[in-house]
Amino acid sequence: MELRQRYEEDLYHVRGALGWTALLGSLAALALLPVLTPGYFLYTASLIAAHAVIAIGLNLLVGYTGQISLGHAGFVGIGAYTAGILAARLGVPWPAALVGAGMVAAGFGFLVGIPALRLTGPYLTIATLGFGIAVNQVLTNWEWLSAGRAGLFLPKLTLAGTRLPDRAIYYLYVIVTLLLIWGAANLVRSHVGRAFVAIRDSDIAAEVMGVNLTVYKTLAFAVSAFYAGIGGAMLAYLLGFLEPQMFTLFESIYYFSMIVVGGLSTIPGAVLGAALLTILPQQLAGLKQYLPLVYGATIVFVMAVDPLGLYGRWLKIKLWFKTWPF
Amino acid sequence: MALLAQYLVGGIAAGSLYALVALGIVLLYRTSRVLNFAHGDLATFGTFLAFAALTSAGWPFGTAAAAGLAATAVLGAAFFFLIIRPAKESTLLGKIVITLGLALVLQGGIAVLWGTDTKIFPFPLSDTRVYGVAGVVVSQLSLGSVAIGLALMAGLYGLVQHTRLGLAMRAVSQDATAAQVLGIPVKRIFALTWGLASGLGAAAGILLAPVTLLDPFMMLDPFLKGFAAAVLGGIDSMPGAAAGGLLLGVLESLFAGYVSVRFKTTLAFVIIIAVLIVRPEGLLGQEYKRRV
Repeated sequence: MELRQRYEEDLYHVRGALGWTALLGSLAALALLPVLTPGYFLYTASLIAAHAVIAIGLNLLVGYTGQISLGHAGFVGIGAYTAGILAARLGVPWPAALVGAGMVAAGFGFLVGIPALRLTGPYLTIATLGFGIAVNQVLTNWEWLSAGRAGLFLPKLTLAGTRLPDRAIYYLYVIVTLLLIWGAANLVRSHVGRAFVAIRDSDIAAEVMGVNLTVYKTLAFAVSAFYAGIGGAMLAYLLGFLEPQMFTLFESIYYFSMIVVGGLSTIPGAVLGAALLTILPQQLAGLKQYLPLVYGATIVFVMAVDPLGLYGRWLKIKLWFKTWPF
Repeated sequence: MALLAQYLVGGIAAGSLYALVALGIVLLYRTSRVLNFAHGDLATFGTFLAFAALTSAGWPFGTAAAAGLAATAVLGAAFFFLIIRPAKESTLLGKIVITLGLALVLQGGIAVLWGTDTKIFPFPLSDTRVYGVAGVVVSQLSLGSVAIGLALMAGLYGLVQHTRLGLAMRAVSQDATAAQVLGIPVKRIFALTWGLASGLGAAAGILLAPVTLLDPFMMLDPFLKGFAAAVLGGIDSMPGAAAGGLLLGVLESLFAGYVSVRFKTTLAFVIIIAVLIVRPEGLLGQEYKRRV
């Protein structure tokens, strides 16, 4: 086992030669992916990037802060529609629409965070579930705002007037996702991240230790919703079309399963879960009717047998090799 | 005036079914501290079983419905003992996630077994045969479902408040360990509670099936309404759940009648959020306290 002697060593994101190899290796793989794989996979990869952003945000809220949200599709929908309305109706360029989507979603996250101050456990679950369904209902019925079931079409992503090719969109999405991963990793190791974890482990104890619950709980919701909003905007631009039924309770559960399967309260786990649950439905396209069954069984299996998820399993394997032969 | 009475009657008919769903949720939460997100899908499964017994096997309605209820009860108890209790992750979050997973499994299983197309559920009471009293029109079906719903609620109340079994159930819900020490067979009470709650859900499903038609997602909306009703009345209070269900049904019906039909479902969740902010323990619930 490695020995850490200074506080700074505990803060490093990447440790040792193995860590650097893994990081640079995955960056190289991401950079070379368009060369090595067929064209249609780029679309899947961009979709994974958008889902990963959503999953990381959800994991900050559920995994790190311990606040259950079953209404995350609501935040994703708010982000997607903000980007859609800004881009399609007001002609705002995409970088501003992306940031705007994140900010508007974060605003709603802050608002949902306020009742969350008084609610814990099952009550919070129900309140967030209600929020998600309310957003879906408003998007469906308030046609002036959302164009309802007719759908909202987004302009293509452009740079200086020319349309971006799929490969450029892929690189753009990877860069945005990497920036957000970096942001989340920094947040988690800072005093804010430790305050989140303290709230998860025991909010009363955290308050006694001087963690301001009002600030940090609403902050957790706002940051998580910010990620969901950006992820939603990425989804919106990728698909080019928005419809209220894209943001239902099922999607909330889908995002939730990503972090459960990948690993709660780890960032690589969220990315892993997002990748797996994006690729799996595409590979099982012929068995579409079995999809909910497979999702459900996977969630139950992971929670009943291996609650730390895939990434937790990987950490255990790594530990086994590090401490071998003991 | 007649219009108002009509809305009230419609609201009570819908509300009594919400109350049945809410009672199941409350029963489970009180006893085992599990918020069962699979409650609605269990009910759907039971309804489909009854449907299969009725149409494929050709059983008479009473037998088929009873078989559906019994099978759902067994399945509910099996869930608790085979999956939720032995699960490694026994935090609140873990249990919620597991029941969500079970809900997906059931929903997917129903879709695979019976398909996703809507089916007509043959029911002995008619939706089109109506009775008129002082200008208010009630269908035979909603009259029947209100009667059955109220009878089931009264039966449950009698069971929990006036029998030794009910006393044991209340003891277990207060403190399972202390109840065990006093010689109450806690495991059997858990099994019974899960069975009873799931059966109540299935009863609501069978009563709803002729109105909503049969499909794998038929219980999603009533389940969410039941949830809202349980929160409204207080998630650990059984009279609260019944009152919450009826109140929600009436409010919804009035809202749909006088304000907007389209935002009817949104109302339930606005009510939940408002109740949770103002009075998180619900109308009839105990104040929420926690030991540090």
